[in-house]
Amino acid sequence: MTPIDIHSRADVKRIDLLVIAGLVAPGSRVLDVGCGDGELLALLQKERRVEGRGIELSQAGVNESLARGLSVIQGDADTDLVDYPDACFDYVILSDTIQAMVRPKQVLTEMLRIGRKAIVSFPNFGHWTVRASLGFKGRMPVTENLPYSWYDTPNIHFCTLRDFTGLCGEVGAKIETPIVLDAGGRRMTSAPWWFWNLLGQQAVFLLSR
Amino acid sequence: MASSRHSLPAGAGAARGEADTPSSHVMRFGLDQPLRLDSGQSIAPLQIAYQTYGTLNADRSNAILVCHALTGDQHVASDNPVTGKPGWWETVVGPGKPIDTDRFFVVCSNVVGGCMGSTGPASTNPATGQPFGLDLPLITIPDMVRAQAMLVDALGIDQLFCVAGGSMGGMQVLQWSVAYPERVFTALPIATGPRHSSQNIAFHEVGRQAIMADPDWRGGRYLAEGTSPRKGLAVARMAAHITYMSDEGLHRKFGRALQDRERVAFGFDADFQVESYLRHQGLSFVERFDANSYLYVTRAMDYFDIAADYGGRLANAFRGSRTRFCVASFTSDWLFPTIESKTVVRALNASGASVSFVEIETDRGHDAFLLDEPVLFATIRGFLTSAAAARWG
Repeated sequence: MTPIDIHSRADVKRIDLLVIAGLVAPGSRVLDVGCGDGELLALLQKERRVEGRGIELSQAGVNESLARGLSVIQGDADTDLVDYPDACFDYVILSDTIQAMVRPKQVLTEMLRIGRKAIVSFPNFGHWTVRASLGFKGRMPVTENLPYSWYDTPNIHFCTLRDFTGLCGEVGAKIETPIVLDAGGRRMTSAPWWFWNLLGQQAVFLLSR
Repeated sequence: MASSRHSLPAGAGAARGEADTPSSHVMRFGLDQPLRLDSGQSIAPLQIAYQTYGTLNADRSNAILVCHALTGDQHVASDNPVTGKPGWWETVVGPGKPIDTDRFFVVCSNVVGGCMGSTGPASTNPATGQPFGLDLPLITIPDMVRAQAMLVDALGIDQLFCVAGGSMGGMQVLQWSVAYPERVFTALPIATGPRHSSQNIAFHEVGRQAIMADPDWRGGRYLAEGTSPRKGLAVARMAAHITYMSDEGLHRKFGRALQDRERVAFGFDADFQVESYLRHQGLSFVERFDANSYLYVTRAMDYFDIAADYGGRLANAFRGSRTRFCVASFTSDWLFPTIESKTVVRALNASGASVSFVEIETDRGHDAFLLDEPVLFATIRGFLTSAAAARWG
């Protein structure tokens, strides 16, 4: 599998999308849960020739995805994943969305049911800046990556790297490839988990049943 | 095309003429090409009235079949010869419109059982020289689609780039995609469902009973006897029209406002604007539509149930489909609520088909698919443009 050079792609703003694309085998069937405007699916179709599908809650996102030629269903991942048959996708992807799910545990379980593999990316709430904001300022963090105030955020279920690996254990997901990115979007090399959990800003996990 | 007909005054006389000699293209199939019906009977000879817009390309790959709703007709993007009003989907079909006739060749035919030039109960039965009336066999949605396929064949088109339509038109879209999957590159079913619900059948029955209760219906022989069940047909239309709108939309439009008066008249005149509006809808409908056609076409919708032919499993109907689907529904549609569209989407997902789905927020009810709905237009345009890119690169 040809890796995607994540630092030569100025057209893709989110590094985690390139990392995810690097984990997807060419020609596979992919479901992107909470696909937004379809940026990732479009990238996967172009770079990996995948057969892509998406679910998105917002009308604007669905319409932008349609205009890109993607197959996207307007719906709620918290409730609509049950409609998909078992093992009908090679990969089910949840990029930067799990923190906005009402029932993240159930969503992860469904993802592992309908996909052979699941890929989840999320911002690490254990990052030291978050801890510092809460610890020293006593306030919920508002940063470039987490730009919402506590009262109007769509993100209701933040987790740290440790929390997420714990959830994986609970639902019986095997962590095949954990990738942690630092604040500069660089992939952090092998380090103890406590170090990742403190300095990792973004995580991408490839999971299997 | 008999263009002289356009100068006729609107009214029942003009409507009557359209049944046999329509102001549009006509395709005729002789006794050697009968239309075989689900009922076991067949129709021959068969006449199909249709309109086209745009130009068919050299390899005949840019045709879009637009399917009309219950009381629509083939005049999708040109003036209606009976009412003189613009086509029913002029907002969607035309040069530069979401279904762009600069790019696509659009075909729209009057359904079999209709009254605008395709063989229907108002057509003259060649065997008797009298209008068919109830002698015409019952028609189903699959029958309508089979007749459309005969037309598409006769036009030399193997694969349709898209089959599109709302409501009953959407039923035809679904039927096309199931009956002729290899002939439908993309399918655009709007505000529709995989079957007619019990509630919908109930409303249709009210309409039919209103028509048949009119003494001027004469057992369906009113055309031969020179009468017309105008009151019954108008009531049928009034009842149906309510189901096309939403409570919220009606309230926004009329509320409890009074019609041309300061206070209620303590009688049964049209005190309220909404009553006056409904009466107008009923009366103008009578001018352009045939009562027996209304019976036939509502019955066709009632019988529609795709899953029934597939052991009750809708997903099996779409198994192996290569068609790209785009399903759309409206939040305030209670005739074909979103759940009906979602049933289709779920089945398409289960069968692994390519499907997109949009639920459009509006208070205008089922009728929204005929109105100015920018989100619907954007959806259609985006879907067709991207499908065209996939088809032609």
